[in-house]
Amino acid sequence: MNTALLDIQNYAKTFHLHERDKFIPSASHVNLSVYPGKLTALIGPTGAGKSSVLKGVYRTYLPSAGHILFRTAAGEIVDLAQADEHRILELRKTEIGFVTQFLHCLPRKSALDVVAEPLFARGVPTEEARGRAADLLAQLAVPAHLWNVPPATFSGGEKQRVNLARGLIAQPRLLLLDEPTASLDPATTERVVAHIETLKDTGIAMLAIFHHPDLVKRLADDVIELSPPVAIVEPEEEIA
Amino acid sequence: MSNKILSVRGLSRIHGVQCPLCISSTGPEHDTNMCPHCGSVVAAHDVNFDLYRGEILGIIGESGSGKSSTVKTLYFDEAPTAGSATFYDGGMQHDMFALNAAQQRSMRNKRFGMVYQNPHLGLNFQISAGGNIAERLLMSDLKHYGEIRTRAGDLLVRTEVARARMDQNPKTFSGGMQQRVQIAKALATQPPLLFLDEVTTGLDLSVQAAILDLILEIQHELGTAMIVVTHDLGVIRLLAGRTLVMKHGRVIESGLTDQILEDPQHAYTQRLVASAL
Repeated sequence: MNTALLDIQNYAKTFHLHERDKFIPSASHVNLSVYPGKLTALIGPTGAGKSSVLKGVYRTYLPSAGHILFRTAAGEIVDLAQADEHRILELRKTEIGFVTQFLHCLPRKSALDVVAEPLFARGVPTEEARGRAADLLAQLAVPAHLWNVPPATFSGGEKQRVNLARGLIAQPRLLLLDEPTASLDPATTERVVAHIETLKDTGIAMLAIFHHPDLVKRLADDVIELSPPVAIVEPEEEIA
Repeated sequence: MSNKILSVRGLSRIHGVQCPLCISSTGPEHDTNMCPHCGSVVAAHDVNFDLYRGEILGIIGESGSGKSSTVKTLYFDEAPTAGSATFYDGGMQHDMFALNAAQQRSMRNKRFGMVYQNPHLGLNFQISAGGNIAERLLMSDLKHYGEIRTRAGDLLVRTEVARARMDQNPKTFSGGMQQRVQIAKALATQPPLLFLDEVTTGLDLSVQAAILDLILEIQHELGTAMIVVTHDLGVIRLLAGRTLVMKHGRVIESGLTDQILEDPQHAYTQRLVASAL
C-alpha cells in the first residue's frame, strides 16, 4: 500500500452570513484519503457537502475545522487548510487541478487558449502550449473547427470537455473532479471515462463527484458517503 | 531564495494634525475614517502584505477605503505617516522610506511604473505621446535619439497604439488610447513592479476588456508584478490571484481571490460580493 497523497481529517465548513446572522453548515466530520493512481469518489445526497470538500481542498472555501494534508512532489506534508496563500497558488499551478461543473472563461478567448492557459501560466511557450491543447481537445472529441472559437456558443457537452481539457492539461498530481460528465452523451462519457482510466495509470490521484452511480462503480477505488451536516440549532425566528 | 519583491509592514497614512484617539476612533467598526476628536483623516492604517515576483495583487474597496493612498505611498506620491516597505531588487533589499529624495526618484523612474485612473496625472499633455515615453526612457539609460524613438514607437505598438500617432498630442486621443499610452510609458523602463490605480474606471466596457487583456498579456510576457487598485469585482476576478479588501482605511480581510469571492469572511465583503451585478 502506498502512502496517501491527500489525507483529510475531520474537515468541516460552516458559513457565517453576517447580514442574517446565520450559521450555515455545509460539511462536517469528513475523513478520507486519496492515493496516487486511485480515484476516491464522494457520494451522498444534495447538500451533503461533496462540492464543499473539493472547494475546501482547493481553498476556494476556507475550512472551518480539520486538516487537509497534502504530500507535495518534494515529499513535504502541507496542511492545505492553513497553508500560506502563496503556497496554495504555487500548488494550484503545479500540483493540484480542479475541474468544476461549469466552464468559467473569458467570452473573447478561443477554446484552444482557454485549454492552454494553465500551460501559459507555467511559462510553456505559446505554440507548444497550443499544440498540446489541440491534442487534448482531439482526444476528447471536440471538433477541430471549434478550436479557434470562444466556447461561449458551444453546447453544454462541448463546454464541459473544454473545461475537462483545461483541468487535465497541466497533469496535476491531484485532480479534483466535480461532475465532469454531467452533461455528456453516452459516447462522449465513454471517452472521458477512458481518459480518466489512463490518468489513473499515469499515477494521478483523483477525488471526484459523479452524477451517475454507474460511473462510481466503474471508476472508484474508494467510496466515501457523506451525509448532510446537522443544522445548527438556533432560537426559533419570530414570525410577525 | 525568496520570491518576494515587496514587503509592506504597518503602513499608515494620516492626513491632519493627529491626536492619540485617531486610530481607536476610526475604522470599519466606527464607520468612518475621520477622527471625531481632531478631524484628521486616517486614509490607511496598518497595511501589511507581501508581493511576489510576477504576482498580481488586487486591492478592492469603495472610495475613501484607503486603497489608492496605499499605492500612492508606495509610489512615493505621498509620504507615509508610519510603517515600512522593503523592495527586493537584483539581490538587494531597499528600505523604501529610508531612501533620500533622489534615490526615491530614481527607484520610481526606473524600477516602478504607475498607471493612474486620470491620464492627466500620468501623462504630460503639453507634449506628444512619443515624447511622454521618451521622457521616461531618458531618465533611464537610453540617450540616443534614434534608439529612443524606435523604442517609444515599439512600446506604443505593443500597447496597440498606431506608430503613426506617436507624434500627436495625447489630448487628441480617446480615453482608452490615453490609458494605453500611460501603460506604454509605465513599461518603458521594463519595471519589475507596476501600480495600476482604477485604470479601467469610466471607460466603455469593450475598451475596459481590451485594456485588461493587455495587462494580462504583459504580465504573462514580462512577468511584471502588479498591484491593482479597483472598486470593480470583475477586474479583481480577472486579474488578481490574491486580494486585500479595504474599508475606512483598514484592510478588513485578505485571501485568494476566488476565496474572497465565494467565501467572503467579513460582513462588508459579503455585502460587496452580494451586490455584484
